[in-house]
Amino acid sequence: MIPAMLAKLMSLFLLGLVRVLTGAQARWYGCPPKAEQRIYFANHQSHADLVMIWAALPEELRSITRPVAARDYWTKSPFKQWITTAVFNAVYVDRARTGEQDPLEPLAEALEHGDSIIIFPEGTRGNAEEPQPFKAGLYNLALKFPNVVLVPAWIDNIQRVMPKGEVVPVPILCSVTFGTPIQLSPEEDRRVFLDRARQAVVALREV
Amino acid sequence: MNEFLRSLTPSQQVAALFLTIFGLLVAISTTAFLLTFREARNAHDEAWHAELKNFRKLLRTSWFMVVVFWIAWAAGETVATVLFALIAFFALREFITLSPTRRGDHRSLVLAFFVVLPIQFWLVATERFDLFTVFIPVYVFLAVPVASALAGDTQRFLERNAKLQWGIMVCIYGMSHVPALLLLDFRNYDGKGAFLVFFLVFVVQTCMIVQHVLTRRLKRPPSAPAVSKSFNWYSWGLGMAVGSVVGGVLSFITPFRFLQALVMAFVACAAGSMGHLVMKALKRDRGVTAWGQRGMSVTGANGLLDRVDALCFAAPIFFHSARWYFGA
Repeated sequence: MIPAMLAKLMSLFLLGLVRVLTGAQARWYGCPPKAEQRIYFANHQSHADLVMIWAALPEELRSITRPVAARDYWTKSPFKQWITTAVFNAVYVDRARTGEQDPLEPLAEALEHGDSIIIFPEGTRGNAEEPQPFKAGLYNLALKFPNVVLVPAWIDNIQRVMPKGEVVPVPILCSVTFGTPIQLSPEEDRRVFLDRARQAVVALREV
Repeated sequence: MNEFLRSLTPSQQVAALFLTIFGLLVAISTTAFLLTFREARNAHDEAWHAELKNFRKLLRTSWFMVVVFWIAWAAGETVATVLFALIAFFALREFITLSPTRRGDHRSLVLAFFVVLPIQFWLVATERFDLFTVFIPVYVFLAVPVASALAGDTQRFLERNAKLQWGIMVCIYGMSHVPALLLLDFRNYDGKGAFLVFFLVFVVQTCMIVQHVLTRRLKRPPSAPAVSKSFNWYSWGLGMAVGSVVGGVLSFITPFRFLQALVMAFVACAAGSMGHLVMKALKRDRGVTAWGQRGMSVTGANGLLDRVDALCFAAPIFFHSARWYFGA
């Protein structure tokens, strides 16, 4: 009872904070916000990306959408762990591949439960203007779950709010642009598909 | 009528003023709403409807501004100061969004948003006007480059600092002078600071609107086409004249006499309209036509700065000349 209330309060506080600092504007260009099962894939420039895209989603979708969080960073302190599990309802993935375990396993599990997920196919945060090449995870998930809709998203400006290594965020307007869903065509090569997905994300910058 | 108004207490007079304005707004909005039902039969009517839509957007802005001022007045000076601090915060957020900063600016930005802004508005609230007028131009302008220099990034150093300082100047310094007007003490003018703010906003807005309408009607060639497609000296002069005369006519709500009010209105209009032009040049430099959504919508800015920029320029000059000349 009380933990649930705390999580709710925290989520309201975070939403307010993100809105005051960044506006957290969602721009639905290629598709409407709809409660179907989706994989949102976005560019990755800051740990705050997760918070940003979570805040930009409408309330109804937020509860059925689980963002992916890097296990090494988000479980570092009990507070971070609590916030990712209780508030964001995140799925942890290991960035470093360890032994036999498939890093996509937790994601596949979430999708099997019918949840939507938010992933950052670059794997790590980029510092350059352009996103880095996408990793194979998106392709594998698309192959395994052909009925899930793949929605590209571009998160704009967030790296200016809190650059690597800073503690205090600065108020700068940010937005998340959602584009037209893409599909994995049969027989499509893995690299071709991943580059196409990356292009779909980059193209949203200019919308 | 006049006798009756004079017999009211200052706060009743201000309330009467707001009542009048709200009444006018309701009448205009209702008319505009009813006019939307008029059928569009030909191309001329279509254009007319587009114009009406534009006008209703302007009306919405006016409603927003009037409600803000009303809340500010009704809730007392402290709330008014906090309210204008919030407006300054959001305006600066828009400004910084469109001025590309680098990583090295992060600390200076933190300073601007979370240190300079609260201190400036706290100085207003506590009426420390001597420090208030010099805090940003003297202390902050020397402190911000220090924070940037310590970050150790020299690329486009001067340009980045200039942008930040300019943003602080317009959004924080300019905006903080609006609540400061509420606190100025003129002789026999206690509790009527709201009239002074109304006077300032009304004459500047009148000047801008007259200028805007005349530009549309007269279609004169622009005087500074690279900066603004609409600005020309002819309609500017007419706007200034109308604004000043309106100011003179309104002298009965101010502590000034007719001629003084006329000159004060002239000063405020000149500062406001020229400030608007300067902000246009700034926007062109950033490659947008408006801070809001029509331009680079990807930022999600809602164009607050478009609405308050004239006020940000007019308020400090109006405040300073009132204090300097009238010793308030």
